[in-house]
Amino acid sequence: MKYEVVIGLEIHVELLTASKLFCGCSTAFGREPNSHCCPVCLGLPGSLPVFNRRAIELSVTAALALKSEVQLRSRFDRKNYFYPDLPKAYQVSQFDQPLARGGYLAMEYEGKKKLINLERVHLEEEAGKLIHAGDSIIGAGHSLVDYNRAGIPLLEIVTAPELHSGEEARLFLEDLRTVLLYAGVSDCKMEEGSLRCDANISLRPAGSSELGTKAEVKNMNSFRSVELALDYEIKRQQQVLSAGGVVNQETCHWDEEKKQTFSMRSKEGSSDYRYFPEPDLLPLVLEKSFVAELARTLPEMPAKRRERFQEQYNLEKKEAFMFTGNREMGDLFEAVAKIYRDYRNLANWIQGDLLYQLRESGKKIKEVEPALLANLLRLLDEGRINRPVAKELLAEMVQTGTDPVDLVKERGLEQISSRESLLPLLEQVIAENPEAVENYRQGKKKALAFLVGKVMAATKGRADPAELNRLFEEKIQG
Amino acid sequence: MAVDFNAEVDYVARLARLFLEPDEKKRMAGQLSDILKTARRIQELDTTGVEPTSHVTEVPAVLREDQVKPSLPLNRIMQNVPRRDKGYLKVPRIADSQQDQD
Ligand SMILES: [Zn+2]
Repeated sequence: MKYEVVIGLEIHVELLTASKLFCGCSTAFGREPNSHCCPVCLGLPGSLPVFNRRAIELSVTAALALKSEVQLRSRFDRKNYFYPDLPKAYQVSQFDQPLARGGYLAMEYEGKKKLINLERVHLEEEAGKLIHAGDSIIGAGHSLVDYNRAGIPLLEIVTAPELHSGEEARLFLEDLRTVLLYAGVSDCKMEEGSLRCDANISLRPAGSSELGTKAEVKNMNSFRSVELALDYEIKRQQQVLSAGGVVNQETCHWDEEKKQTFSMRSKEGSSDYRYFPEPDLLPLVLEKSFVAELARTLPEMPAKRRERFQEQYNLEKKEAFMFTGNREMGDLFEAVAKIYRDYRNLANWIQGDLLYQLRESGKKIKEVEPALLANLLRLLDEGRINRPVAKELLAEMVQTGTDPVDLVKERGLEQISSRESLLPLLEQVIAENPEAVENYRQGKKKALAFLVGKVMAATKGRADPAELNRLFEEKIQG
Repeated sequence: MAVDFNAEVDYVARLARLFLEPDEKKRMAGQLSDILKTARRIQELDTTGVEPTSHVTEVPAVLREDQVKPSLPLNRIMQNVPRRDKGYLKVPRIADSQQDQD
């Protein structure tokens, strides 16, 4: 039987605030354990939470970027469960009155444009971090708890069950990440856990409209593992169903080492979170003007920018994807394009030599000064330097931030392309290499490259190679 | 509607991680039944057109600026912690993997 795969994702992102959602404790990552805790985030009796304005702004901004309808009135609830990562034994979250409802993300999959709908976007607090130290002698059978993370504002985004393969889910997640990075709401680092993804996945006979029993997959810690875990789970459920079995409603854990999912425990009778309105927080009421102002300052989103890049700069689709898939790269392209009009040449240099130099030097795109890159390309366009020198200057520019124009002046790197300057050099090389000259006369192309190389060496790479080719041809073949 | 209050007490006690003696359970079952009876009386009221109330004041929440303030020193945090391991709280291991949670 053919099955249709139905996947819905639940994404959590930590918001980029300086302090926690309800208290002034720092959100800095990787500090001494339990050094960012106070009576509020530890849930000590008598403490009261107060909303962080920035967290609300970032949540609304994210909702707007995802076309989710921001609710002017929303409510916070306590989600009750016992687990050591939760100091209060409840998590402040939003149940039936979320911050934003609906929304969608436009993506392309298998050459087709599609919209993936969202159910909701809501704000909640992050839990603490547990370290299972069972393998060491000291901590055998125990877990260690660090509450630095507890109370960091966490945005939850829930998609409709509209994804149909591991690959599609991964691409959606990558696109969602790009949107959230553009919106500037989170640093979205899966490896640090500031972006996390759980998935609900079920199979149904092709053509059926009823949803099959779903399993929940957790612990997918990279984009790649999202794809691998879901594809693994699809195969597993397919085998169960094909053998006439039934899929249990359960939570599975992705094991990155073994590359398979494991059932954690049956969901049956497990979750009764007894949500109730958080009595310590009044309803969140937003002014229309507050939302409108955030909508006004929302940057252009990647899908739109992608289309604009193709039209405005005549870039190919693949290039537009590449330049907009990374906000900084797109920003650099546009900043240079404002002062340098050969967009084609600019695009080539950025995706080729510049990216290579950034990788080599470990520098960030943001550190590249647009005006300097434009200067370099102009030097080359005007024939004042040749291509190999341009590449060297680019490397130096990326490393040290020096203006290529200054470097050319300082070191006398200007290209030598005038006939009268090159001819004496040429004649000397011809005189010193009779064998190569003879070989070239007999049609060996390699011999020409050898001769050109000799002049290049004599000029420390400054000669114009095209002009040299022409002159040798004239002198020897001519 | 017949409710098995003994089962209900067991269930709620388990959720709250409470261990009740048989006579406590019996007492709680009676109390739970009384509470629900009262709730049922309230539910008889006609509330058509009345907005559900979650908070008694109509004042919206206040927002504070995103400013970092000093946290508690570690010795204060650990003051009521039964067991610790250096800067960490030490708890019995619950499960091999994370519980179903967000
Ligand atoms: Zn705190």
